[in-house]
Amino acid sequence: MTNLLQKFEQQQVATLAEARAIPAFRPGDTLKVMVKVVEGTRERVQAYEGVCIARKNDGINSTFTVRKISYGEGVERVFPLYAPAVAAVEVVRRGVVRRAKLYYLRGLTGKKARIVERNDYGVAAAAAKEAAAKDAAAAAESAARMTEGQDAAE
Amino acid sequence: MRSGVLTQKLGMTRMYSENGTVVPLTLLSVKDCYVVDVKTIERDGYVAVQLGTALTKPQRLNNAQKQVFVKKELPALRILQECRVSDDAVVPVGEQLRAEHFIVGQYVDVTATTKGKGFAGAMKRHNFGGLRATHGVSLTHRSHGSTGHREFPGKVFKNKRMAGQMGNTQVTQQSLKVLVIDTENQLIGVQGCVPGANKGWVLVRDATKKTLPADLPYPTAKASDNKAVIAETNNNVAEDNIPAHESTENAAE
Repeated sequence: MTNLLQKFEQQQVATLAEARAIPAFRPGDTLKVMVKVVEGTRERVQAYEGVCIARKNDGINSTFTVRKISYGEGVERVFPLYAPAVAAVEVVRRGVVRRAKLYYLRGLTGKKARIVERNDYGVAAAAAKEAAAKDAAAAAESAARMTEGQDAAE
Repeated sequence: MRSGVLTQKLGMTRMYSENGTVVPLTLLSVKDCYVVDVKTIERDGYVAVQLGTALTKPQRLNNAQKQVFVKKELPALRILQECRVSDDAVVPVGEQLRAEHFIVGQYVDVTATTKGKGFAGAMKRHNFGGLRATHGVSLTHRSHGSTGHREFPGKVFKNKRMAGQMGNTQVTQQSLKVLVIDTENQLIGVQGCVPGANKGWVLVRDATKKTLPADLPYPTAKASDNKAVIAETNNNVAEDNIPAHESTENAAE
Protein backbone atom coordinates (compact mmCIF):
# COMPACT_ATOMS: atom_id res chain seq x y z
CA MET A 1 0.00 0.00 0.00
CA THR A 2 1.35 3.31 -0.94
CA ASN A 3 1.81 5.82 1.79
CA LEU A 4 -1.37 7.91 1.79
CA LEU A 5 0.42 10.86 3.34
CA GLN A 6 2.99 10.95 0.54
CA LYS A 7 0.23 10.52 -2.01
CA PHE A 8 -1.68 13.45 -0.53
CA GLU A 9 1.43 15.62 -0.62
CA GLN A 10 2.17 14.66 -4.20
CA GLN A 11 -1.35 15.64 -5.20
CA GLN A 12 -0.95 18.98 -3.45
CA VAL A 13 2.38 19.58 -5.19
CA ALA A 14 0.91 18.66 -8.56
CA THR A 15 -1.99 21.12 -8.24
CA LEU A 16 0.25 23.89 -6.91
CA ALA A 17 2.88 23.33 -9.61
CA GLU A 18 0.16 23.43 -12.22
CA ALA A 19 -1.06 26.78 -10.95
CA ARG A 20 2.40 28.35 -11.28
CA ALA A 21 5.33 27.07 -13.33
CA ILE A 22 8.65 26.97 -11.50
CA PRO A 23 11.73 27.69 -13.61
CA ALA A 24 14.86 25.55 -13.30
CA PHE A 25 17.27 27.29 -10.93
CA ARG A 26 19.94 26.25 -8.49
CA PRO A 27 22.06 27.73 -5.73
CA GLY A 28 24.29 30.50 -7.05
CA ASP A 29 21.65 31.83 -9.42
CA THR A 30 20.36 35.36 -9.01
CA LEU A 31 16.58 35.32 -8.72
CA LYS A 32 13.83 37.86 -8.87
CA VAL A 33 10.99 36.61 -6.70
CA MET A 34 7.64 38.30 -7.17
CA VAL A 35 5.92 38.23 -3.79
CA LYS A 36 2.24 39.00 -3.34
CA VAL A 37 1.76 41.58 -0.62
CA VAL A 38 -1.61 42.47 0.87
CA GLU A 39 -1.92 46.08 1.98
CA GLY A 40 -5.28 46.61 3.60
CA THR A 41 -7.69 45.46 0.92
CA ARG A 42 -5.31 45.95 -1.99
CA GLU A 43 -2.99 43.25 -3.22
CA ARG A 44 0.16 44.06 -5.15
CA VAL A 45 3.32 42.27 -6.23
CA GLN A 46 6.67 43.15 -4.73
CA ALA A 47 9.97 42.09 -6.30
CA TYR A 48 12.71 40.63 -4.14
CA GLU A 49 16.00 40.12 -5.96
CA GLY A 50 19.03 38.31 -4.63
CA VAL A 51 21.22 35.24 -4.80
CA CYS A 52 19.73 31.83 -4.16
CA ILE A 53 21.99 30.38 -1.48
CA ALA A 54 20.10 27.17 -0.66
CA ARG A 55 17.37 24.89 -1.86
CA LYS A 56 15.55 22.28 0.15
CA ASN A 57 13.84 19.61 -1.91
CA ASP A 58 11.20 18.00 0.28
CA GLY A 59 7.96 17.68 -1.65
CA ILE A 60 5.41 20.23 -0.50
CA ASN A 61 7.86 21.44 2.16
CA SER A 62 10.42 22.49 -0.47
CA THR A 63 11.94 25.90 0.10
CA PHE A 64 14.63 28.14 -1.33
CA THR A 65 16.63 30.85 0.41
CA VAL A 66 17.39 34.16 -1.29
CA ARG A 67 20.05 36.47 0.12
CA LYS A 68 20.59 40.10 -0.78
CA ILE A 69 22.32 43.12 0.67
CA SER A 70 19.70 45.75 1.48
CA TYR A 71 21.04 49.19 2.50
CA GLY A 72 24.30 47.59 3.59
CA GLU A 73 22.56 44.94 5.68
CA GLY A 74 22.41 41.30 4.65
CA VAL A 75 18.85 40.03 4.30
CA GLU A 76 17.79 36.43 3.77
CA ARG A 77 14.29 35.26 2.98
CA VAL A 78 13.15 31.67 2.86
CA PHE A 79 10.34 31.09 0.36
CA PRO A 80 8.26 27.94 0.21
CA LEU A 81 8.73 26.75 -3.36
CA TYR A 82 5.03 26.08 -3.92
CA ALA A 83 3.55 28.98 -1.95
CA PRO A 84 0.75 30.79 -3.77
CA ALA A 85 2.13 34.01 -2.26
CA VAL A 86 5.09 33.66 -4.62
CA ALA A 87 3.56 34.97 -7.84
CA ALA A 88 6.57 34.22 -10.05
CA VAL A 89 10.27 33.37 -9.93
CA GLU A 90 12.54 34.77 -12.60
CA VAL A 91 16.16 33.71 -13.12
CA VAL A 92 18.12 36.93 -13.67
CA ARG A 93 21.62 35.50 -13.81
CA ARG A 94 23.07 32.08 -13.43
CA GLY A 95 26.20 31.40 -11.41
CA VAL A 96 28.93 28.82 -11.07
CA VAL A 97 29.23 27.43 -7.55
CA ARG A 98 30.69 24.21 -6.18
CA ARG A 99 28.49 23.86 -3.14
CA ALA A 100 24.79 23.15 -2.60
CA LYS A 101 24.48 25.54 0.34
CA LEU A 102 26.25 28.88 -0.02
CA TYR A 103 26.27 29.81 3.65
CA TYR A 104 29.86 31.00 3.29
CA LEU A 105 28.47 34.09 1.52
CA ARG A 106 27.18 35.32 4.88
CA GLY A 107 30.70 36.14 5.98
CA LEU A 108 31.64 37.83 2.72
CA THR A 109 30.77 41.20 1.22
CA GLY A 110 31.61 43.21 -1.88
CA LYS A 111 34.05 41.71 -4.35
CA LYS A 112 34.59 38.59 -2.27
CA ALA A 113 30.90 37.73 -2.48
CA ARG A 114 30.85 37.65 -6.27
CA ILE A 115 29.76 34.56 -8.12
CA VAL A 116 31.11 33.83 -11.59
CA GLU A 117 28.40 33.75 -14.22
CA ARG A 118 27.57 30.38 -15.66
CA ASN A 119 27.67 30.51 -19.43
CA ASP A 120 26.31 27.69 -21.44
CA TYR A 121 28.85 27.34 -24.23
CA GLY A 122 29.18 23.66 -23.50
CA VAL A 123 26.64 20.94 -22.90
CA ALA A 124 23.73 23.17 -21.94
CA ALA A 125 24.07 25.24 -25.11
CA ALA A 126 24.00 22.10 -27.23
CA ALA A 127 20.94 20.89 -25.37
CA ALA A 128 19.26 24.26 -25.83
CA LYS A 129 20.06 24.21 -29.55
CA GLU A 130 18.65 20.72 -29.84
CA ALA A 131 15.51 21.75 -27.97
CA ALA A 132 15.11 24.78 -30.23
CA ALA A 133 15.50 22.59 -33.30
CA LYS A 134 12.91 20.20 -31.93
CA ASP A 135 10.54 23.10 -31.22
CA ALA A 136 11.03 24.41 -34.75
CA ALA A 137 10.33 20.98 -36.18
CA ALA A 138 7.23 20.62 -34.03
CA ALA A 139 6.05 24.07 -35.07
CA ALA A 140 6.59 23.26 -38.72
CA GLU A 141 4.73 20.01 -38.30
CA SER A 142 1.80 21.64 -36.54
CA ALA A 143 1.74 24.35 -39.22
CA ALA A 144 1.65 21.67 -41.87
CA ARG A 145 -1.17 19.98 -40.03
CA MET A 146 -3.04 23.26 -39.80
CA THR A 147 -2.83 23.86 -43.53
CA GLU A 148 -3.85 20.28 -44.11
CA GLY A 149 -6.84 20.85 -41.85
CA GLN A 150 -7.73 23.98 -43.77
CA ASP A 151 -7.44 22.11 -47.02
CA ALA A 152 -9.74 19.44 -45.74
CA ALA A 153 -12.19 22.08 -44.56
CA GLU A 154 -12.17 23.68 -47.97
CA MET B 1 -25.22 13.79 19.15
CA ARG B 2 -23.78 11.78 16.30
CA SER B 3 -21.42 8.87 16.48
CA GLY B 4 -17.68 9.46 16.14
CA VAL B 5 -15.34 7.68 13.75
CA LEU B 6 -12.27 5.64 14.66
CA THR B 7 -9.31 6.69 12.55
CA GLN B 8 -5.60 6.12 12.32
CA LYS B 9 -3.20 9.04 12.52
CA LEU B 10 -1.04 9.14 9.40
CA GLY B 11 1.10 12.13 10.26
CA MET B 12 1.40 15.83 9.74
CA THR B 13 1.87 17.85 6.59
CA ARG B 14 0.94 21.31 5.42
CA MET B 15 -1.38 22.91 2.96
CA TYR B 16 -2.02 26.41 1.70
CA SER B 17 -5.15 28.29 2.67
CA GLU B 18 -7.13 30.38 0.20
CA ASN B 19 -5.22 33.51 1.13
CA GLY B 20 -1.91 31.76 0.63
CA THR B 21 -0.80 31.16 4.20
CA VAL B 22 0.64 27.84 5.30
CA VAL B 23 -1.69 25.78 7.48
CA PRO B 24 -0.46 22.78 9.52
CA LEU B 25 -2.52 19.71 8.82
CA THR B 26 -2.85 16.26 10.40
CA LEU B 27 -4.12 13.48 8.18
CA LEU B 28 -6.32 10.78 9.67
CA SER B 29 -7.12 7.66 7.71
CA VAL B 30 -10.58 6.10 7.94
CA LYS B 31 -10.29 2.43 7.08
CA ASP B 32 -12.59 -0.39 8.07
CA CYS B 33 -14.43 1.48 10.81
CA TYR B 34 -17.54 -0.59 11.56
CA VAL B 35 -20.34 -0.38 14.09
CA VAL B 36 -19.87 -3.58 16.10
CA ASP B 37 -22.56 -3.18 18.74
CA VAL B 38 -25.33 -0.83 19.83
CA LYS B 39 -26.01 -0.25 23.51
CA THR B 40 -29.69 0.33 24.31
CA ILE B 41 -31.55 1.78 27.26
CA GLU B 42 -33.49 -1.49 27.76
CA ARG B 43 -30.43 -3.72 27.81
CA ASP B 44 -27.59 -1.51 29.01
CA GLY B 45 -29.20 1.57 30.53
CA TYR B 46 -27.60 3.98 28.10
CA VAL B 47 -27.36 4.55 24.35
CA ALA B 48 -24.04 4.21 22.56
CA VAL B 49 -22.46 2.65 19.50
CA GLN B 50 -19.46 0.41 19.82
CA LEU B 51 -17.04 1.12 17.00
CA GLY B 52 -14.35 -1.22 15.78
CA THR B 53 -11.42 -0.78 13.46
CA ALA B 54 -8.04 -2.32 12.53
CA LEU B 55 -8.53 -5.53 10.58
CA THR B 56 -6.78 -8.48 12.16
CA LYS B 57 -6.44 -12.21 11.75
CA PRO B 58 -9.27 -14.01 13.56
CA GLN B 59 -6.75 -16.35 15.21
CA ARG B 60 -5.25 -13.36 16.99
CA LEU B 61 -8.48 -12.94 18.96
CA ASN B 62 -9.74 -15.17 21.71
CA ASN B 63 -12.74 -17.35 21.00
CA ALA B 64 -15.22 -15.09 22.78
CA GLN B 65 -14.16 -12.07 20.72
CA LYS B 66 -13.99 -14.09 17.52
CA GLN B 67 -17.60 -15.24 17.93
CA VAL B 68 -18.77 -11.63 18.20
CA PHE B 69 -17.54 -10.89 14.71
CA VAL B 70 -18.69 -14.20 13.24
CA LYS B 71 -22.22 -13.68 14.62
CA LYS B 72 -22.40 -10.13 13.33
CA GLU B 73 -20.91 -11.04 9.97
CA LEU B 74 -18.11 -8.55 10.38
CA PRO B 75 -14.38 -8.91 9.75
CA ALA B 76 -12.27 -9.47 12.87
CA LEU B 77 -11.30 -6.14 14.39
CA ARG B 78 -8.65 -5.37 16.96
CA ILE B 79 -9.60 -1.93 18.27
CA LEU B 80 -12.99 -1.39 19.92
CA GLN B 81 -14.24 1.83 21.41
CA GLU B 82 -17.63 3.06 22.53
CA CYS B 83 -19.15 6.36 21.57
CA ARG B 84 -22.24 7.80 23.27
CA VAL B 85 -24.93 8.92 20.83
CA SER B 86 -28.43 10.36 21.09
CA ASP B 87 -31.42 8.05 20.45
CA ASP B 88 -31.99 9.23 16.89
CA ALA B 89 -28.32 9.01 15.89
CA VAL B 90 -27.91 5.29 16.42
CA VAL B 91 -26.10 3.67 13.51
CA PRO B 92 -27.13 0.03 12.91
CA VAL B 93 -24.69 -2.80 13.60
CA GLY B 94 -22.55 -3.71 10.60
CA GLU B 95 -22.65 -0.25 9.08
CA GLN B 96 -19.31 1.11 7.90
CA LEU B 97 -18.43 4.66 8.89
CA ARG B 98 -16.54 6.70 6.35
CA ALA B 99 -14.70 9.96 5.93
CA GLU B 100 -17.87 11.53 4.47
CA HIS B 101 -19.31 11.35 7.99
CA PHE B 102 -17.68 14.76 8.46
CA ILE B 103 -17.76 17.76 6.17
CA VAL B 104 -15.13 20.36 5.35
CA GLY B 105 -15.36 23.45 7.53
CA GLN B 106 -16.91 21.78 10.57
CA TYR B 107 -15.10 21.43 13.90
CA VAL B 108 -14.23 18.15 15.57
CA ASP B 109 -12.87 16.90 18.89
CA VAL B 110 -10.16 14.26 18.65
CA THR B 111 -9.37 11.78 21.41
CA ALA B 112 -6.19 9.71 21.51
CA THR B 113 -3.47 8.40 23.78
CA THR B 114 -0.47 10.70 24.02
CA LYS B 115 3.10 9.58 23.53
CA GLY B 116 4.50 8.22 26.78
CA LYS B 117 7.45 10.12 28.24
CA GLY B 118 8.04 7.75 31.15
CA PHE B 119 8.78 8.94 34.69
CA ALA B 120 9.60 12.59 34.11
CA GLY B 121 10.96 15.20 36.50
CA ALA B 122 9.11 18.36 37.52
CA MET B 123 11.00 20.51 35.01
CA LYS B 124 9.91 18.46 32.02
CA ARG B 125 6.48 17.51 33.33
CA HIS B 126 5.28 20.82 34.76
CA ASN B 127 7.69 23.34 33.23
CA PHE B 128 9.22 24.13 36.63
CA GLY B 129 12.33 26.29 36.59
CA GLY B 130 14.57 24.00 38.61
CA LEU B 131 17.20 25.19 41.04
CA ARG B 132 20.19 27.43 40.37
CA ALA B 133 23.21 26.28 38.45
CA THR B 134 25.70 27.82 40.92
CA HIS B 135 25.70 29.65 44.28
CA GLY B 136 26.23 26.51 46.29
CA VAL B 137 23.48 24.33 44.81
CA SER B 138 24.68 20.77 45.10
CA LEU B 139 23.44 17.88 42.92
CA THR B 140 19.85 19.18 42.78
CA HIS B 141 19.80 21.45 39.74
CA ARG B 142 16.64 19.92 38.25
CA SER B 143 14.77 19.43 41.53
CA HIS B 144 11.31 20.92 42.23
CA GLY B 145 12.43 22.47 45.53
CA SER B 146 10.19 22.75 48.54
CA THR B 147 6.75 21.11 48.44
CA GLY B 148 5.18 22.08 51.78
CA HIS B 149 4.74 24.83 54.33
CA ARG B 150 5.53 24.99 58.09
CA GLU B 151 4.10 23.26 61.14
CA PHE B 152 0.77 24.47 59.88
CA PRO B 153 -0.59 22.84 57.70
CA GLY B 154 2.12 20.28 58.39
CA LYS B 155 1.46 18.31 55.25
CA VAL B 156 1.95 18.45 51.53
CA PHE B 157 -1.27 19.41 49.76
CA LYS B 158 -2.89 16.91 47.46
CA ASN B 159 -2.30 17.40 43.71
CA LYS B 160 1.05 19.04 44.46
CA ARG B 161 2.83 18.97 41.13
CA MET B 162 5.80 16.65 41.32
CA ALA B 163 7.76 14.21 39.20
CA GLY B 164 5.86 11.19 37.86
CA GLN B 165 4.52 9.40 34.81
CA MET B 166 4.16 11.79 31.90
CA GLY B 167 2.23 11.06 28.74
CA ASN B 168 0.57 7.78 27.75
CA THR B 169 -2.74 9.21 28.91
CA GLN B 170 -5.95 9.77 27.00
CA VAL B 171 -6.24 13.34 25.83
CA THR B 172 -9.01 15.12 23.91
CA GLN B 173 -8.09 18.02 21.71
CA GLN B 174 -11.18 20.13 21.18
CA SER B 175 -12.43 22.18 18.24
CA LEU B 176 -10.05 21.32 15.43
CA LYS B 177 -11.23 22.52 12.03
CA VAL B 178 -11.76 19.95 9.30
CA LEU B 179 -9.90 21.15 6.21
CA VAL B 180 -9.82 18.06 4.03
CA ILE B 181 -12.26 15.25 3.33
CA ASP B 182 -10.78 12.93 0.73
CA THR B 183 -13.51 10.46 -0.19
CA GLU B 184 -11.32 8.54 -2.62
CA ASN B 185 -8.54 7.78 -0.16
CA GLN B 186 -10.80 8.03 2.91
CA LEU B 187 -8.80 10.76 4.61
CA ILE B 188 -9.81 13.40 7.13
CA GLY B 189 -7.49 16.38 7.41
CA VAL B 190 -7.76 18.50 10.55
CA GLN B 191 -5.98 21.75 11.24
CA GLY B 192 -3.22 21.53 13.81
CA CYS B 193 -1.84 18.61 15.74
CA VAL B 194 -3.48 15.51 17.18
CA PRO B 195 -2.30 13.69 20.33
CA GLY B 196 -0.32 10.48 20.00
CA ALA B 197 2.19 8.95 17.67
CA ASN B 198 1.73 8.30 13.97
CA LYS B 199 -0.23 5.10 13.29
CA GLY B 200 -2.00 5.63 16.63
CA TRP B 201 -5.79 5.24 16.88
CA VAL B 202 -7.81 8.43 17.11
CA LEU B 203 -11.51 8.86 17.85
CA VAL B 204 -12.92 11.81 15.91
CA ARG B 205 -16.25 13.29 17.05
CA ASP B 206 -18.28 16.40 16.30
CA ALA B 207 -17.05 19.33 18.38
CA THR B 208 -19.09 19.87 21.54
CA LYS B 209 -18.16 23.54 21.87
CA LYS B 210 -19.00 24.68 18.35
CA THR B 211 -22.29 24.99 16.52
CA LEU B 212 -22.36 22.27 13.93
CA PRO B 213 -23.38 22.90 10.33
CA ALA B 214 -26.96 21.93 9.47
CA ASP B 215 -26.04 19.81 6.45
CA LEU B 216 -24.11 17.13 8.33
CA PRO B 217 -25.11 13.62 7.23
CA TYR B 218 -27.37 12.34 10.02
CA PRO B 219 -26.82 9.84 11.61
CA THR B 220 -24.01 9.12 9.14
CA ALA B 221 -23.14 9.19 5.42
CA LYS B 222 -25.60 7.19 3.31
CA ALA B 223 -25.44 3.43 3.61
CA SER B 224 -26.13 2.85 -0.09
CA ASP B 225 -22.96 4.75 -0.97
CA ASN B 226 -21.09 2.75 1.61
CA LYS B 227 -21.80 -0.62 0.05
CA ALA B 228 -20.32 0.28 -3.30
CA VAL B 229 -17.19 1.50 -1.63
CA ILE B 230 -16.91 -1.53 0.62
CA ALA B 231 -16.84 -3.68 -2.49
CA GLU B 232 -14.22 -1.40 -3.95
CA THR B 233 -11.97 -1.48 -0.92
CA ASN B 234 -12.28 -5.24 -0.75
CA ASN B 235 -10.95 -5.42 -4.28
CA ASN B 236 -8.06 -3.19 -3.30
CA VAL B 237 -7.29 -5.45 -0.39
CA ALA B 238 -7.20 -8.43 -2.72
CA GLU B 239 -4.82 -6.56 -4.99
CA ASP B 240 -2.56 -5.75 -2.10
CA ASN B 241 -2.32 -9.48 -1.64
CA ILE B 242 -2.60 -9.53 2.12
CA PRO B 243 -4.01 -12.95 2.98
CA ALA B 244 -5.01 -11.82 6.46
CA HIS B 245 -7.64 -9.47 5.10
CA GLU B 246 -9.01 -11.97 2.64
CA SER B 247 -9.35 -14.64 5.25
CA THR B 248 -11.21 -12.29 7.56
CA GLU B 249 -13.61 -11.45 4.80
CA ASN B 250 -14.20 -15.09 4.09
CA ALA B 251 -14.80 -15.74 7.73
CA ALA B 252 -17.25 -12.89 7.84
CA GLU B 253 -19.12 -14.14 4.84
